[in-house]
This record gives sequence, C-alpha cells and structure tokens, in this order.
Amino acid sequence: MTVLQRRLARALPANEAWRPRRRLQRLLDQAGPLLRRPGFVVALLLVLFTLVAALAPWLFTQFDPYATQPSAKLLPPSLSHWFGTDELGRDLYTRVLYGARLSVEAALLAVGLALVCGLGLGIVSGFVGGRLDAVIMRLVDVLLALPGLLLALAIVTAIGFGTLPVAVAVGVGIIPGFARTTRAEVLRIKTLPYVEAARLGGASWGRTLLRHVLPNAWGPVAVLATLDIGAAILATAGLSFLGFGAAPPAAEWGTLIANGRHFLITAPWVSLLPGLFLVLVVFSLNHIARTFEEVQR
Amino acid sequence: MSRLIDVENLKVSYHSGGRVTEAVRGVSFYLQPGETLAIVGESGSGKTTLASALLGLLPLTARIDDGRLAVAGQDISHASERSKQRLRGRVVGLVPQDPMVSLNPTLSIGRQIGESLVLRHGKRYPGLDADVVELLQQVGLDDPALRATQYPHELSGGMRQRVLIAIALAGEPQLIIADEPTSALDVTVQKRILDHLEQLVKARGIALVIITHDLGVAADRADRVLVMRQGEVVESGAARQVLSAPAHPYTRELLAAAPAFGATPRPLPVALAGKQPLLRFDGVGKVFSLPQGRSFQALQALDLAVYPGQTLAIVGESGSGKSTSLRIALGLEQPSSGRVHFAGQDIGTLNWKQFRPLRQRMQLVQQNPFAALDPRFSIYQSVVEPLVSFGLLKGRELEQAARRLMEQVQLPASYLDRLPRELSGGQRQRVAIARALALQPDLLLLDEPVSALDVSVQAQILDLLRELQAELGVAYVLVSHDLAVVASLAHQVVVLKQGQVVEQGEARQVLEQPRELYTRELLEAVPGRRLAVA
Repeated sequence: MTVLQRRLARALPANEAWRPRRRLQRLLDQAGPLLRRPGFVVALLLVLFTLVAALAPWLFTQFDPYATQPSAKLLPPSLSHWFGTDELGRDLYTRVLYGARLSVEAALLAVGLALVCGLGLGIVSGFVGGRLDAVIMRLVDVLLALPGLLLALAIVTAIGFGTLPVAVAVGVGIIPGFARTTRAEVLRIKTLPYVEAARLGGASWGRTLLRHVLPNAWGPVAVLATLDIGAAILATAGLSFLGFGAAPPAAEWGTLIANGRHFLITAPWVSLLPGLFLVLVVFSLNHIARTFEEVQR
Repeated sequence: MSRLIDVENLKVSYHSGGRVTEAVRGVSFYLQPGETLAIVGESGSGKTTLASALLGLLPLTARIDDGRLAVAGQDISHASERSKQRLRGRVVGLVPQDPMVSLNPTLSIGRQIGESLVLRHGKRYPGLDADVVELLQQVGLDDPALRATQYPHELSGGMRQRVLIAIALAGEPQLIIADEPTSALDVTVQKRILDHLEQLVKARGIALVIITHDLGVAADRADRVLVMRQGEVVESGAARQVLSAPAHPYTRELLAAAPAFGATPRPLPVALAGKQPLLRFDGVGKVFSLPQGRSFQALQALDLAVYPGQTLAIVGESGSGKSTSLRIALGLEQPSSGRVHFAGQDIGTLNWKQFRPLRQRMQLVQQNPFAALDPRFSIYQSVVEPLVSFGLLKGRELEQAARRLMEQVQLPASYLDRLPRELSGGQRQRVAIARALALQPDLLLLDEPVSALDVSVQAQILDLLRELQAELGVAYVLVSHDLAVVASLAHQVVVLKQGQVVEQGEARQVLEQPRELYTRELLEAVPGRRLAVA
C-alpha cells in the first residue's frame, strides 16, 4: 500500500456499514470455480444420482426389483429394460438402483467408522505425543501390516454375515490410513505460528484443537475419505461377491455381479453392466477427490 | 567492448486461467562486462521475472510478447531450450534467493560444486577435486577440504550462501545474477557475503546483477541502479546520482522509506518520572539440555526493565538469545535462573493456567505475517479471536470492536471479510497487530515485526507502531537484528551476543556512541551506510 492508499483507507466511511459475511455466502464463493470444471460436474452428478437412488430408488424406475417374470429372462439391454434382465426376469437397472442402497450404506458406514476412529486416534496421537503416540502408532502399524481383504474376511467370519458386519470389517481395514494422515497433519499444524498466536491469545487447548488444528488438518483427510468411499464400495462389493454380504434376494452390487458370472458367455450384460456402473461411481469419487486435492494446493 | 546484456523494450506477461498479467512492460537496459547493476523494486515489480527471462528460465505460463533480449550477443527471447541451456552456467550464473532450500540435501557440498565443474569442463576433468577446494577457499570458507565432504544441513545459512556463490563461479560465467542474495541472512553476515561477492566479481571481471528490494544494498554495491515499479523502469542511472538526487517521486518514496538514509523519525520521548517498570528481568539465564548430557547456555544473566509506554529493543544476530528472552517473557519457557516480574508479579514459575489472566495484558506480534494468521479464519475471526477466547464480548459488540481495531491499524473495515491469502504481507502484519491489540494490552512483544516485509512496507508498519504507542501508551519489547529498525522505535537498547549482554542503555547513546566493538560492527553492517556517510 502506498501512502496515498493508506490515507484513502483512513478516510473511507465504509467502516460503519460493515457486517460479517455469512458462512453460506463464503461457501458459495468457494464453490463457484469448481462448478466451472465439466469433469467435476459430471462426476458430481453421477454420485448425487447414486445417492438419491440409494435413498429413493422408486423415483427412477417403475419396476419392482423382486418381481420375477420367467418369460422375460436374460433379455439383452433395450429401451424398456435399460440394463436387460437377469435369469429370473427381474429388471437389472432397477436392481442396480435398489442395490445402491445397501452398497452405499455399507460404504458410508465403513468410511464413517474409519473417519471417526482414525481422526480420533490421529488427533490424540499427534496432539498428546510421547508414549501414547508410540503405542497408538505401533497398533496402527500392526493393522497396516495385515492385508485388507484378509482382515475383513477374518472380522466377518468372527462377527457374522450381513451388511453391517461387512461395513465394520471394511471400516476397520481403512482406519490406519486415516490415523496416519491425521497425525501427520496435526503434527505439522501444531507447530505453526498461528496456533501459538491463538494459545497466547488465551485460547484453551480444546478451542485451539477444534477451531485451528482440526479444520486445517481436515483437508487431506477429507480427500482421503472421498477416495476411500470408492475403495469401500469396491471392498464391500468384493465381500458380497464372495458371499459374505447381503442374503438373496436382496440386491447388492457385489451379489449382482457374482450372480451374472454364470451367464458370462450367453448374457454378459448381467455381470458387466452392474460392474460398469460400479466402476463409474468409483471413478467419479476418485475424480472428485482428485479435484479437491488440486484445489487445496 | 560489446554489451553483455542488451534488453530493448522487453514485454513479458503471464497467462493463466484466461487471465493475462503483464509482469514486465517495455523494459530497456544494458550491461557492460565487469559492471555491477542493481535492479530495485518492491515485490510484484517484475524484477524476478526479468531475472528469469535473462536466465531463460521463465515458467511455462509466461510469454515474451515483444522486444529483444540479448545475452552475450545472442538473442534469447525466442531461442530454443538447448541454446539457452548452453548460456546458463557458462555465460550466466545464478545466486538464488534462499540458501536454506537451494542446495540438494542428499549430496555433499563437493559433489554439488563438482556438478557444475563437470558441466563446464566435461566428465573426465582431472582437476575436479582441486578446483572444488579452491573454489570453497575463494568464497571464504574455512577448512575447504572438510567442507567439501559435508552436507548442506551441517552448514549455517551464511556458509550455504557462500557455497551457492561457489557453484555459480564454478562455471566461470561472464555474468552473475544474484536474486535477493542475502535477504534471508543476518545483517552482519549479509555485509560479509556481499563484500566478498563484490571482491570476487571485481577480481575476475565478472558483471553482476543484484536484484533487491533494499535500496541500501543497491547504493552500497552497484555502479548503476534500475528502479522498477509495476513492470516498468521508473528511473535508472549511476547509483550515486539516482540515490542522491532522485528524479522520480517513487524513488523518493523508496528512499524515504529506507530506514538507513538518515531521515528516520525518532521515537517520541516518554516521561518516566516515578513509574514502576512493567516487565523486569533480574539476572535471567536459560540453559537448554541437549542429547548426550550436554547443555547449551542460551541466555546469561540478563537484566532489563521495560517501563509503561516505552520501547525496549533487544538486538542481536540469530543465536544471540533474543528470541529465548521473548519466550521467557511470554511464559513459553521457564528461566533456569533469575526472576521475571510482570507488573510486580513474579511470572517465572507460573504454570499455563496461572499465567492466562496475564495474557490479557501482554501480547505477541510474530515475525512471519504469512504464517501468523489461520488461513481458514476470515480477518474478522482472527482479529476478535482473543476477545472470544476470553469470553469478553459477544455479537454486536464484537463487530464494533473489530471495526475499531481495523481503524486503529488503518485498514478498511471491508477487509474483515477477506481471508489472509487475499491480503499483502504488510496488510497481514497490520491484522496481526490488530489481533494483538484486541485485548488492550499494556505490553506488546514484537518479534522481528518487519523483517519479512519489503523496505517501503517496513517503514509504514514502523510508523503505525509509533502512532499506536503515542495513542494508546503501550509498551513494546522489540526484538530485531536490524539496527535501522531499532533506531526508529526504541528508547532503550540491549545488545546481545551468544546469550550475553554486550551493551545496554539509552538508545541514542548506544546507537550514536557505541562503546563496544560488536555494536559498532552491527551498525556498520546496516546497508546504505556508504551513501549516508558520503
């Protein structure tokens, strides 16, 4: 600022009219540039579509996912049956939409569990430090050393089959990533001058943690969470493909794909189209995560 | 002789996201072999872009729109990467800005110098090791054979800067471009390195381009000066002429802002009659224990007293214990010996909870305004945070307090909605000062408050601090390595060296008639002395 600008600034009458800007407005300002990226918008729309389908699948289809119709079995994709039909004549598109509920539910549960546990462990570990840090991190190391799918299989066999156990099993497998990322961020941020300034300004440890450390550590963790929803969807689908997930006739993406492999030669769409949809959703989530990561930089 | 650099009407612009920013707008200048040219300007004036263009290292988003840019007779404005690469190292050498990050931490010093020797002489150059040692000796490092085997982290900032100079010299260039070569270093080290660079360049007949925001540095070293502002050259000519009789108002403004050029305002005198000291150190010492049972004496028997409304400056190079004394005053460190009194209360042994009420009366302004504000907090949130932490004000009152604070630091209230990244360095430092003033403290601790800022902005912040002191009667403890800054603010001065007090007393007396050799050295290191003396 030059001397002139400074004098201008002093003379400005705007001081009286000023009021703090609302949070929503700030959020909208930030979202603007994101919405100008076509790839991001397409990915976001697909994910939103999946989420809405998971909540209210009947909005997008007039078929019943459980109504069998033997005369219309294994029909190829057409205008009336977009994804074709399965061996019992059920509309596959409808079953994918209804299956979204179980798959998305399981994935969100898994990531939610991992997020809560991982963030908690990471923050405690990074903020308290010392022996507690060493103990927590060695536990995390042990978890990291086990292959994810093996760990999940072991947990599912221990606590039973079904959507919830599968979600827990997958969630436990991705805790270590969250714990590590959070801890690294907390360690970095707690030495920054603005944290010291807040402390010297009289802020308690709790306030410093909640208002300064957590929001600033949140960025990479949020990216990881978005990325891991995709991974969790894949893992739950994998477990239900192996038969640990939802029991038939409930539709779930993994079981849909598993069902179709009997007809892979004669009716490949039964397996491939649900698989393709799954891939698209995971890909969209990855793209969103990647975009967030770029924006942060 | 032919010109080494010949720039005519050069225009460079940055293109990103559909926006075009003109960084250099029609600059013309030339440089003869053996000459020293200083390019002076604030941040954003286009001086670094100009240097990158000379090196052929413009980023991909930059475009040379117009003009001619010839180095050693070769036009490189649109030359291929390969031909530019031939120029770098052999014809043009660079001494980069930040010695802390400019060396490869995984290679030894000798290897890094060797790299540029190999580039110059070919892979099977027989005299490699001897040349490395000789170069290290030339740039003034003791025990060059040992230094060649060491790694960057084992050297201090000043030594690393010397290594970088050695690397630039290794290619035997005709021209060295030094981009703010010493702004990250202590003043005394700065002086020694610049002296040395000057000698080397003179001895070898190399031309030198110094890029700096500090007119003092330019005045001391350069034959000619080029003053840039917003991508344009506002003034150029012989150094002495430009600086003693500046023609352009901007140059005059820069000169007035440079603390070393005599016209610095002095602090207002404060009557002390019968006042009790606000902060008092009695024989305070601090020992840090290091691994393997060793210990390090950071501070020894420091006595000082800060009176209400007065400024006490603690001066010293890095490692002198000046930051430690601040941290002790703030209760972030406990003194190993001696007593610390704040407003009559012994604070040396208080724990965090007991200290908390005192924080309302004592606040800190940090060194680096770029890291001192939470990037996610709006300026409003940052400024009022201490008030919220202590639960003093709510709602409307809080907004009023924010407006009043912004007025005090002379920023428009509309800035309250901005995020820190939308402000310049000087503006951020104003916000940090506003935050420190929020609780209406009696004492502000200023930790190098202007060292991260441009010279002209420094002067504005110092003015602000002086005005605030007159208005609010706050006492300051100012920690600085820059005596020019100290002279414009301090009533009392303590000079520290390696944890010990070298000299102490009234500012006028210490700065005008220094008794100790060390103080005199510090004073001489202030850039711009040669011109001020002449």
